[in-house]
Order: sequence, then C-alpha cells, then structure tokens
Amino acid sequence: MNTNLGLIGKKLGNTQIFTEDGEVRRVTVVAAGPCIVLAKRTQDKHGYSALQLGFGERKAKGVNKPRAGYLKKVGVETPPEAIQEIRLPQEVVDGYEVGQTIAASDIFSDGQFVDVSAKSKGRGFTGVMKRHNFSGYKASHGAHEYQRHGGSIGMNMTPGRVFKGKKMAGQHGNKKVTIQNLKVAKVLVEEGLVLVEGSVPGARGGIVTLRTAVKKAGKKAS
Amino acid sequence: MSNTVPQIAAIEQAQLRELPPFRVGDTVRVHFRIREGEKERVQVFEGVVIRRRRGDVRATFTVRKVSYGVGVERIFPLHSPRIEQVEIAARGHVRQARLYYLRDLRGKKARLRASRRHGAEETIRDQKN
Repeated sequence: MNTNLGLIGKKLGNTQIFTEDGEVRRVTVVAAGPCIVLAKRTQDKHGYSALQLGFGERKAKGVNKPRAGYLKKVGVETPPEAIQEIRLPQEVVDGYEVGQTIAASDIFSDGQFVDVSAKSKGRGFTGVMKRHNFSGYKASHGAHEYQRHGGSIGMNMTPGRVFKGKKMAGQHGNKKVTIQNLKVAKVLVEEGLVLVEGSVPGARGGIVTLRTAVKKAGKKAS
Repeated sequence: MSNTVPQIAAIEQAQLRELPPFRVGDTVRVHFRIREGEKERVQVFEGVVIRRRRGDVRATFTVRKVSYGVGVERIFPLHSPRIEQVEIAARGHVRQARLYYLRDLRGKKARLRASRRHGAEETIRDQKN
C-alpha cells in the first residue's frame, strides 16, 4: 500500500520546459491542490485510516442536498469540486487536522517521483484492434468482412469453453489508470502547479491524484 | 499561437527569448553552449537557415552548412537557453519558406542571392540585440 500522502489536482495540459542544462523536457501541467482536509478516517472508528481531501471550487447550486448538508457539518464554505479519500497509515493521519489545507509545495519537490492516477479518456465500446492492439486481418487475398476481427477465441471440445480474461471487444477507457514513477520536473510554488514529466491519464480538465511514488519514495533522480 | 490555458501560457511566455529577427535564407552564426564531460564551451555553427518552425517555446530552426563536402544540418530550439547568441552574417533573398531544395544543390548553385530589402545597415542593427 502507498503510505505516502497525495493531493488531488486538475490536469491542465501539456507543454515543454527547458532544464537548467538547456535540455527540453516534455511535461504535463497539473494544478495540484491546495487541498483541504475534510475528515479523518481512523482505525478505531471506521476500521481503516485515511484522510478525506477536498479540492477546488464548485458553485453552490452544483451540490446536491446530502452533500451540502455534509459540507455544512464539516464547516466548509465553498463546496469543493472533488472529494477523495486517501488511504494512509494511522500515524500519518494523526499528523493532520480537519480544516487544514495542504499545498503542492508541502509534499512535492523538484526531481522526486510520483504516481499519477486519473480516469482515462472514455472510448466507448471498442473493437479488439484499438482496445488490445490486435493486428486484424489481411485486406487482400480474398479476405472479406473480417478485416478488424480478432480471429479465433479458443479451441474445440477441449476445453469446450472460452478462457476467462480472453481479450475481446468492449468498453475501453473511462477507467481509473495509474502511471507510476513519473518524475516531477518542477514545482511552481506560488502558482500551485506541478510539472510532471511525461503524460498523465485523462483529458485536460480532468481530476487527477498525485502521490509520492510507492516504488521510488524518497528517491531523487540523479 | 499561444496556449489557451492561462497557466500554461504563462509558463511558456516566461521561457521565450529575444533573438535577432533572422529569416529563412539568412546566413547565421549560432553560438551554442555544449558540454564536453565536465567542461562547457561555446561552439559556433555557421550556415543558412533553411527552416523556421513556429510555436512559441516549441519553435525551432534548422541551419544547414556544408562541411568538408558533407552537408550538415542542425536543428536548434529557438528559445533554448544554450544559445548564447545568434549573429546574422548575411541576408538572403529567397522565395520559399523551406529551403529543402538546397540539399540537392552543391557548389555555386547552392548560393543564395543577397536580399536587397535588408541592407547592410539593418544587419548591423540586428547584431546589437
């Protein structure tokens, strides 16, 4: 489990920056945080420990009544655009107070690695070629009505069934995707922006979660 | 074209540099900082600008020269901090935006007419920037 704190943010788009050496780095700009701690989940009370974070702003009319009531109870004036829980060990949760805001510069620094999760772009019901990179079928030599098919899906009497997990056509995208070990090229403290090297799942304007990388926590790029 | 997202446009704007307004067809001397191991030095690459690609920070330009009979082309990011200086050595008169035809020409045929629109005076003024 990732025991490192993360932040909710918004993907703004891609650009490039020059490093101090003059090298070009292609980056995704993420407006990360500031996030407000809305609630704490504790081992004693809830059976697991987590921080509930709110990010961004939303018009009051865009909030349904149950949520408005909840926010009133918590004491938040502007309704957040996104609310997410981040599972953390009890010790980390204890270090934060409800109502506290966490900025990008508090937890992210230049050169560190992060895991980025977001909903990927939805592609709807998609054929096997686009979804699983099948190569399809030949266009000539008398082939017809079979160009984008996936071919055989199994054998005959033995085993007499299609194996579970067989790659077929279906819903592609609009699913949570995590990209691990992306390097933070730069944290713009004042603007609250994090420039992540490489690409980040989802469309521009989508909600993303940045967490210090599980596999490379604390490591810095040399 | 500027990026439509204000935060990204600001990041890009901050990296833009002012270089002398050279055009396609001009002969330029690009002073480029290169690293050799630990040491850094400035290398001068002189040749004809055969292409300029636009796009704010992403803009690049290509310089072509013939070195010991071998054509050498180098693509520089226009706003690279490694470019110390760009000198305009000569203004060329060209009718194309991309001078790829120079690749097929050699010797006397690969010369460009001097631009009459840009006199010597302007050349000197640009170099001061």
